Amino acid sequence: MSATDVYRAPALSPEGATVERHWRDLTARRRLYTIGGLVFLLLALSGSLWFANETNAGKFFDRLPHVADFFTELKPRDWFDPVRALFDLPSPYDDGSLKFDYPEGRVYLTQSIYIPEYFHRMIETLNIALFSTLVGSTFGFLLCFLAAGNITTSRWLRFTTRRFLEIVRAFPEIVIAGFFLAIFSLGPIPAILAVSIHTVGALGKMFFEVVENADMKPEEGLRAVGANWVERVWFGIVPQVLPNFMSYFLLRFEINVRASTILGAVGAGGIGESLRLSIGQGHEAKTIAIVFLLFCTIVAVDQFSAWLRHRLVGRQAFAYGRGE
Amino acid sequence: MNADAINDIAARHPDAFRPSLWKRYATPIGILLCILYTFYCAWFFSVGAVLEKANWNLAGAYLADWVSYEIRPDIEFKDNHLTINYSRFSKLGSNPNPDWVTKQMAVIERRVDAAPAPVIATNKSSQDSFMAPGAPTAENPAAPSGQSVPAASEIVRENAVVAATVALGNGQIAITPNLVTVTRGAESVTFDIAKNSSVTPRTPLPDWIEQRRPGSTAYVSFGFLGRAEVQNDEVIAWRRFFGWANFVFDTNSPFWGKPISEVASLIVSGARIDPSRSNAALAWDNILNNAEWQHGDVWLKLLQTIVMAFVGTVLASIVAFPLAFLAARNVTPSRIANQVTKRFFDFQRSVDMLIWALFFTRGFGPGPLAGMSAIFFTDTGTLGKLYSEALENIDDKQREGIRSVGAAPAMVQRYGVLPQVLPVFLSQSLYFWESNTRSATIIGAVGAGGIGLKLWEAMRTNTNWANVFYMVLLILVVVFVFDNISSYLRRKLMGGSPNGNDERRAHVLPAAQIA
Repeated sequence: MSATDVYRAPALSPEGATVERHWRDLTARRRLYTIGGLVFLLLALSGSLWFANETNAGKFFDRLPHVADFFTELKPRDWFDPVRALFDLPSPYDDGSLKFDYPEGRVYLTQSIYIPEYFHRMIETLNIALFSTLVGSTFGFLLCFLAAGNITTSRWLRFTTRRFLEIVRAFPEIVIAGFFLAIFSLGPIPAILAVSIHTVGALGKMFFEVVENADMKPEEGLRAVGANWVERVWFGIVPQVLPNFMSYFLLRFEINVRASTILGAVGAGGIGESLRLSIGQGHEAKTIAIVFLLFCTIVAVDQFSAWLRHRLVGRQAFAYGRGE
Repeated sequence: MNADAINDIAARHPDAFRPSLWKRYATPIGILLCILYTFYCAWFFSVGAVLEKANWNLAGAYLADWVSYEIRPDIEFKDNHLTINYSRFSKLGSNPNPDWVTKQMAVIERRVDAAPAPVIATNKSSQDSFMAPGAPTAENPAAPSGQSVPAASEIVRENAVVAATVALGNGQIAITPNLVTVTRGAESVTFDIAKNSSVTPRTPLPDWIEQRRPGSTAYVSFGFLGRAEVQNDEVIAWRRFFGWANFVFDTNSPFWGKPISEVASLIVSGARIDPSRSNAALAWDNILNNAEWQHGDVWLKLLQTIVMAFVGTVLASIVAFPLAFLAARNVTPSRIANQVTKRFFDFQRSVDMLIWALFFTRGFGPGPLAGMSAIFFTDTGTLGKLYSEALENIDDKQREGIRSVGAAPAMVQRYGVLPQVLPVFLSQSLYFWESNTRSATIIGAVGAGGIGLKLWEAMRTNTNWANVFYMVLLILVVVFVFDNISSYLRRKLMGGSPNGNDERRAHVLPAAQIA
């Protein structure tokens, strides 16, 4: 085909022309929907931004330079100071104020060996996360079989369990924590309860979906030899679903580490509280130390959990998805 | 099947019949470890001590407060008459006269001192409004009867309450200045009151009345519906009512206490109550500024939370979109660019949302800007990672086809890659939008604004659990609605896709659905 030749489509048959027209209509309508959707999104976004800016304590453009200020204010007296804060070593700048009281809060194991305060706090947060994941998954494990359609034949029981799991999952963690804070006063127990209760709902749902996708042949085999319900579940279903359960358990643990950090910041102890205090009081070295510790811990937990999940379920391993 | 055959099978499948020790005992070992860990945690968090110190009675009362409210008349003993006060921010308005408190009036004589003591309402728990102490609230109760204007020291004759009966649940309390009779069901106890010194029951106390020392205050329980304290100078009764008091109009509103039909007719055709505006506008204003429920403020804060989640997710998607192409190794061949972008994503999501929230609260001040920035920063990392994984999983044939007809690189991405990943991208974003609506509530509580902060403040006062429940219900409704919108849109996106690579999507999607 030379450059001067103009490509002409072959003349269409009447049927072909109808198809062509329909296709064009469809494309035009689709384009209209896309553009309409984008315009709507843009309007909603600008409206939201305006609203957010109006109702915020500080206005965006007024405050923008100060956001950077805050990061420059974070510069410690010298770059070894955060290390001292992290390991509770005495600071040369110690003037008796709270800002440099690094050796305070050491947790002594023996006369001379101690766990630095923030490490201890981090362990506390990790313990909150792990323990509540354990509690939550235990109950989720027990409930998921009642919610699964292929195991539990009673519609009523299934319905009740599922609604229960839904409500428990949707209930804001912060409210459960706040309620138990009122009863137990400050401390990690409210956080454990809040995270556990939420975990029951979240894991229960994931678990019963796994159970519903399980292969029913082993269960049928067991039914054929006269096994009762518990035996059928324990020997027919559990071995199949356990790797997936473990994988979800680990994923939930990652999420719960973050959740317990946040709950810590509202008064439930752990590293979150230390972080909120040190940021609020403007202790740069401490803030840097905590952020660094938190960052490393979260990376380590994520990596460890990803590695273990790949070992457990291989290709099926679920990628990281942060949850509520 | 004989023994030989069994042995033969056992010999052929040693792994099934003689599993390794680890395999055989993995389950009991796992369970044992979990139990040991539980004990460790019980020690670490000193669970026992905390549970012991916990105030379980409080838990019941707080839970009851979610769906009910109490009204507290204080009946004070005077020499020969009684005065009845209601707590300052009483739910009954400024001049309460409930029908469950019956009064018997009589003309009495009493001596009035030259300088009359001012009326002091007995308000032990006056903080009924859950946030702003300066917010407009019900005014002080009117002076109780019997406190008319006295002159010098003289004897005045006036109409006053000489006996009162408070009906509570299945019982009642009959009060006269020196005698209190408490009845619950068929049982009844009479107390002699020696003013300002002792409370003495005439008969042995049943188990629903507690008196810690002889002569001290008697605590009377009427079950869920009420309780009372018989003290040596007054009787305090708490009567519990189901429901939320003054949910629509507070006691200052001219519409307060009127039946719906009357309010409706006032709004539609009544004469203007406030000459400057219509009754409908007045009613709306009264609802929004309801002092007890603060509807306007609650809705504003809820909208802030929704906006935080929405803007945060949209901005994060917009920023993560181009970066994901940079991070995907099958799209951008430069390993350095891939690694740098991926580590950047890792950094963004590993710095916890809490840290970002605290930083931005310092920067922007409390409010939705801080919350949305925190969501934006965290989710840029998470969405970028998920997007780039989706990109790395694409089907290469489509791209090759586009490339083979000589399309420019941008066109290859547009027609070869984008149609495959766009539904996945959108679905991930929708999922995170929904999940962020929940996260936004939580980070709000650390100061990032929105309903979370309001909820947290309401909870910390411990007095207004009904408001907490109200906000929780609103949050649940919003989460439920967004859940459904998002899963409907996701189903439409994934279900109607003609590309037929469902297998890969099935692999990508559960990733995000974990929460």
